[in-house]
Amino acid sequence: MEMSEASRSGETGSSLSVSDILAVLYFRVLNIDPKRPRDPLRDRFVLSKGHAAAALYAALALRGFFPLKLLARHRIDGGTFHAHPSFGAAPGIEVSTGSLGHGLSIGAGMAEALKETSARVFVLLGDGECNEGAVWEAARHIGALQMPNIVAIVDDNGFQGYPLAREKSRADLAKMWAACGWRVFSAEGHDSDALERAIRAAAACKAPAVVIARTVSGKGVAEIEHTQGAHYYIADAASVARMRRSS
Amino acid sequence: MRNDFVQQMLVEMKRDPSIYFLTADLGFKALEPIETAFPKRFLNVGVSEQHMIGMAAGLALEGKKVVAYSIASFATMRPFEQIRDDLCYDDLDVRVIGVGGGYNYASHGVTHHTVEDLAIMRALPGMNVLAPGYSWEAREATRAIMQTRGPYYMRLGKSPGVAFEKPSFTFKIGKGFVIREGRDVVLVSTGNVLDVAVKAADLVQAKTRNPVAVISMPSVKPLDRSLIKRYAKAAKGFFTIEEHSTTGGLGDAVADVLWEADFPRARFRSFGLPPEKFSKAVGNRDHMLKLVGLEPRALSRSIVAALSR
Repeated sequence: MEMSEASRSGETGSSLSVSDILAVLYFRVLNIDPKRPRDPLRDRFVLSKGHAAAALYAALALRGFFPLKLLARHRIDGGTFHAHPSFGAAPGIEVSTGSLGHGLSIGAGMAEALKETSARVFVLLGDGECNEGAVWEAARHIGALQMPNIVAIVDDNGFQGYPLAREKSRADLAKMWAACGWRVFSAEGHDSDALERAIRAAAACKAPAVVIARTVSGKGVAEIEHTQGAHYYIADAASVARMRRSS
Repeated sequence: MRNDFVQQMLVEMKRDPSIYFLTADLGFKALEPIETAFPKRFLNVGVSEQHMIGMAAGLALEGKKVVAYSIASFATMRPFEQIRDDLCYDDLDVRVIGVGGGYNYASHGVTHHTVEDLAIMRALPGMNVLAPGYSWEAREATRAIMQTRGPYYMRLGKSPGVAFEKPSFTFKIGKGFVIREGRDVVLVSTGNVLDVAVKAADLVQAKTRNPVAVISMPSVKPLDRSLIKRYAKAAKGFFTIEEHSTTGGLGDAVADVLWEADFPRARFRSFGLPPEKFSKAVGNRDHMLKLVGLEPRALSRSIVAALSR
């Protein structure tokens, strides 16, 4: 929220939607050491929905990959961080993303390279991102190979960038992943314990597994929760102060 | 040239255990030797070119040297954004191999004609672009791209079946090769229309008595700028030949160098496929090339006419 306010930048709703997922991954699940960010045996995390990068930068800073003050260099002239992750911008950023539908394939390549190690690959996608055909090229192939060391998490907040008009039914994401050969788990996306249980269960599978996390776009900012406006929302001083008081 | 590539890949994969080979469901009755020799490092990802390039990126991020293989049109255009964002942006060590560039799959129709791959791959920052012209270049280019860092795009066509190499040749990326010595007229060719260029050169020389040089340019990016400038000094006419649109490929790349060297505009012409419209003509490669004037007699007539202007 402070980063959004400082850089007058949007896509805040998406970052708030994934914040609890990232907190569970970075503080409870991922086998990582901020002091050894390139440890070959670390778990890999791919933020395929790259527009939630602000939350990733915050998670990495809070986990100790780089100083919190670096977050002030988000989306400013001569800064460090784009609105979407750029490999090499700071320790802990594993992959450059931004155009949707790329991350699962990249994660598959990593998982293939790491298949004889203990390292696991976690890929976070959005439900809107699952419109991209390339997601299903990857899902089919990973399912066909039954890759055991990759976990997908879908941030399922039900919103995209623009209102979906004239759509009379919604594809059943769980069934789509299952049809590709994935084990499917679901969890409340803002219940840390439930998320942790589901992600750990998914990671323990000897087959590719996905966690569909039911989330709220704009979570934590009452006036934008569950609204279309959350996606491009830019935080202001009052909303930052309100969130600080409530947390 | 596909078999030259496969034979050299066998050598390279034996030498370097970090090499991974991906195909998007193409290479039946061609890639089997690689799969048989290295089953753990060969993967058919299915009919999914975008996924293949993404997976190649993931493998490369983990330190593998990756080859991603398909028909040239599918290898470059379907996953163009993955090539741009996933490979080129982070300079990943991946080689995209496109078989059958130009009209090499002529009778298959427009979906299999690859007439803009050199242009779009050349436009990508960080991408290196190769189009070998015959067996030796295909073998040597394969060795070179496997022993240096990517990203690369390499287009492979059917070999003209002529050995143009000379004992003095040492392959290096970014280097052109003088196949036929000459000075008054210079023909620069990329890819497997090289035999057309050499035959056209013979006809031009017989007609005009001007010594005609033919340079094979397997490396379109980086380009052998110094060789072009050296030959431009004495040339009365400078021409490029490519089985590709005349927009954005070898012709434009060479023209950039010539303008820089103050070569007169009127004495340069690029020969290739017309960029105005797709061809709906049906036929094999020779037929299609003839329709666009990329055959020795038509080409030599065009060159003689350009020289007499």
